[in-house]
Amino acid sequence: MQECRLAARDLACRRGERILFAGVSFALEPGEALQLVGPNGIGKSSLIRIVAGLMQAFGGAVERTGACGLVDERPALDPLLPLGEALAFWRRIDGPTDNELARLGLSDLADVPVRYLSTGQKKRAALARLLGQDAPVWLLDEPLNGLDRSAAALARELVAEHCAAGGICVIASHQEFALPALRRIDMAEHAA
Amino acid sequence: MSGRLAALLRRDLARLFIGGRRGGSALPVLFFLAVAMLFPFAVGPDAPLLARTGGGVIWVAALLAAILPLDRLVEPDIEMGFFDQWALRGIAEELVIAVRVLAHWLSFGPPLMLAAVPAAALLGLDADTLATVELGLLAGTPGLAALGVIVAALTAGLRGGAALAGLLVIPMAVPLLIFGAGSLAPGGESGLALTGAVSLVLIAMVPFAGGAAVRASRN
Repeated sequence: MQECRLAARDLACRRGERILFAGVSFALEPGEALQLVGPNGIGKSSLIRIVAGLMQAFGGAVERTGACGLVDERPALDPLLPLGEALAFWRRIDGPTDNELARLGLSDLADVPVRYLSTGQKKRAALARLLGQDAPVWLLDEPLNGLDRSAAALARELVAEHCAAGGICVIASHQEFALPALRRIDMAEHAA
Repeated sequence: MSGRLAALLRRDLARLFIGGRRGGSALPVLFFLAVAMLFPFAVGPDAPLLARTGGGVIWVAALLAAILPLDRLVEPDIEMGFFDQWALRGIAEELVIAVRVLAHWLSFGPPLMLAAVPAAALLGLDADTLATVELGLLAGTPGLAALGVIVAALTAGLRGGAALAGLLVIPMAVPLLIFGAGSLAPGGESGLALTGAVSLVLIAMVPFAGGAAVRASRN
């Protein structure tokens, strides 16, 4: 695992005329995880996009070492291609990896076009893409949405393994995660 | 890095050439041929008139055909999260857009130049005029491709973006049309060079304009 570190200082986010949150700070060392909780619309996804560098923060700063992997509600897989080929595109970008399809129980679906997959299957495919990327910092926006019980258990297992291997994880989810070094930020406390 | 470039180009070509159920390159080419076929029906079988106006008709048809694939050039990749994933991997929007212009041009420029041969026959153009038309298309279609990608990136995510994109391309393509079709007039050969010049300017602009537009669409 590459060296990684993630720190946020006094982050604030504005959407339109409204300040969503302000004063969010945290620092994560290798192996640590952070769970963001709070009601819908409080800015969990925005915070994840700010940490990823995809959105400008209204205030504050993010310091990050190590590449970032993101799983959100969009799988970034071509809907017309069979799943195997859609993931093969990312393998060509990220470099060859061992068989993450089998790990996520997707081997049988390799020939099925992505547009025929269910929500949960697409989420599993996105997790397969994340595994292939081999990024030390994982940003997961509702990673368990649409997953059945066994797939959710698998996703939790992947997160635990990632942290045990010295990776960092930021998770926005309402479900519980049991991790040794897990911190929680209740976004409601930072709402403006 | 070159592996990534090849992967991007390969994906773009597969999407734009075959394009699944949405037609790919076949659709603009068929549209182009349909316009060339309709024109003689509309103005009647007056051979000298057709030969005099045919070159201009081919240019207008090419411009309209270039508008057809606009809605799937940039917007789907923003919507499906591809641009975000590329950004996380340090692949700049400018690079993606530059590759896309190349793929877009390959998917409609050369096919259009091939289709111009039967179109010229339908309009009764002579061989010299056809040669000038082909040279003009070679100089002008890269500019049309660049223009298409810029406008597609600018209108991505807007309501009615596809219709708006078509409306925006038409006035901005006027210089290409004037110089390109103008090269067919007697003594208008310098039009070819000017068409190429307009194309070069557009191609030089597109990675930066397109990249900035994609980034702006995130907020």
